[in-house]
Amino acid sequence: MTRNATDDGAPGGDAVTCTGLAYSFGETKAVDGLDLGVRDGEVFGLLGPNGAGKTTAIRCITTLLPVPAGMVGVFGHDAARERMAVRRLLGYVPQQLSADSGLTGRENVALFARVFDVSRRERARRVEQALAAVDLTAAADRLANTYSGGMVRRLELAQALVSAPRLLILDEPTIGLDPIARTNVWEHINAVRAATGMTVLVTTHYMDEADQYCDRVALMHHGRVRALGTPEELRSGLRDRLGTEGPLPTLEDVFRDVAGSGLDDQSGDFRDVRSTRRTASRVG
Amino acid sequence: MSEAPAAPRPASADRLHPVELDLLVVPPRARTGWKVLPARVVAMCAVELQKLRHDRTELYTRAVQPALWLLIFGETFTRIKAIPTGGIPYLDYLAPGIIAQSAMFIAIFYGIMIIWERDAGILTKLLVTPTPRAALITGKAFAAGVKALVQAVVVVLIAAVLGVAMTWNPLRLLGVAVAVVLGSAFFSCLSMTIAGIVLTRDRLMGIGQAITMPLFFGSNALYPVAVMPGWLQAVSKVNPLSYQVDALRGLLLGTPSHLPADFTVLTVAAALGVTSASSLLGRLAR
Repeated sequence: MTRNATDDGAPGGDAVTCTGLAYSFGETKAVDGLDLGVRDGEVFGLLGPNGAGKTTAIRCITTLLPVPAGMVGVFGHDAARERMAVRRLLGYVPQQLSADSGLTGRENVALFARVFDVSRRERARRVEQALAAVDLTAAADRLANTYSGGMVRRLELAQALVSAPRLLILDEPTIGLDPIARTNVWEHINAVRAATGMTVLVTTHYMDEADQYCDRVALMHHGRVRALGTPEELRSGLRDRLGTEGPLPTLEDVFRDVAGSGLDDQSGDFRDVRSTRRTASRVG
Repeated sequence: MSEAPAAPRPASADRLHPVELDLLVVPPRARTGWKVLPARVVAMCAVELQKLRHDRTELYTRAVQPALWLLIFGETFTRIKAIPTGGIPYLDYLAPGIIAQSAMFIAIFYGIMIIWERDAGILTKLLVTPTPRAALITGKAFAAGVKALVQAVVVVLIAAVLGVAMTWNPLRLLGVAVAVVLGSAFFSCLSMTIAGIVLTRDRLMGIGQAITMPLFFGSNALYPVAVMPGWLQAVSKVNPLSYQVDALRGLLLGTPSHLPADFTVLTVAAALGVTSASSLLGRLAR
């Protein structure tokens, strides 16, 4: 799979803008002054260890959590004031496996066609295309509880795609999947992105995935963005700063660098990231 | 493979998906205004029927209890003749009450389902669709109604087999269906409201158990309001189940009833239920 750079000539402003986004659960500041701009058409990765505030930020952008007006915009629509307009532009795949196991793959996708007002005339064809886009045509009439983890993820992708979203939001799309299924899910995300030109906002704590598949990444720690740029920029930036020779540092090294001492009290999380990263890099 | 004109694709995408994706770049035309609500209700009801089609176990297991009520309680009390029924066999008197009861039992555990859907991420995803919360709750409430209606058909058939003399007038049966759906809509909203307050399945399970029996025994499902002690009559007066049973009895058996009042109470109760459940839905999304 080739990674597509941002389409030149077709950038129509930002897909997502967060301005000083803050959200607290009681005393805990989950997101603490997040400034972010996701460009139209790019694959943008929001990275960070567990508890960095990635999911909370996503839930604010998807209108699930109430935010004050002016903090979050999606293609120019305010997430507080124009909630329905924002939702119509979104395809959202949450972290949990969220397909309904009591329905077939086709019925799962058809439900989302219905709630996004796909006309009856178009519904069957649109559902068929969404299923075909993720290679689930053959399994479409089986109950989702017979699907493997990777197939469920692809089904959820189809559910999100059926409404032709301009912004696809994926929260840890490959969590809990085996490496082959992870690659497969990413290949489908990329193919669909290439075919439709939609913007993809993805959270992950797999640094290697971000390096491989994201056009730009933001490293989040303690509710804020600590570094932003293309993976190459961040990695070569670190090398220049350290002035070292040899192989380019990894995104993980960059992350360790920007998070600095703050990581010490969260070493458990970091070890977690590192071990999952090793598992993934074994497959390549 | 044919090329989709609306979607120019790099060669890399073609290799993986030699399929047409032209519709996936065209957003569907949005329904607006009043058309949103019925569309969402239809969507939720369709899901409920699809699930019932795939797995009918619940339909059968849930038929056991009403069958036992009719067969054992009904037959026995018909012989005892202890309950003043206004001249009709007790089994006949009981049947509408059992229809309402089995519908209520389905609806009252709908809150557990919505918590389960929250935990599974299904609810989260629905909340990010262009579906106002009230429309989502109304959809769920009517889906509970549809499920209860299917169950009611089973109970009606059991009652018919046991020899209960019911009407087969289609207009009256339509009224029965409306009463069952409205009652279930109310009880499912009651349950979803409590779900929005207690937020966990375990707590809701306990509360569900605790309120179903008082609702059932504090209604006219088993005995007329007139034989109740004063305080229980007061409970029955504010219990929507009593109005549902009254309507079902009047429609199915032709006994004296207060249909306009019954349907008004059921409609208002369902509307209030939708309002309170949707105002608390945000707590489940958090």
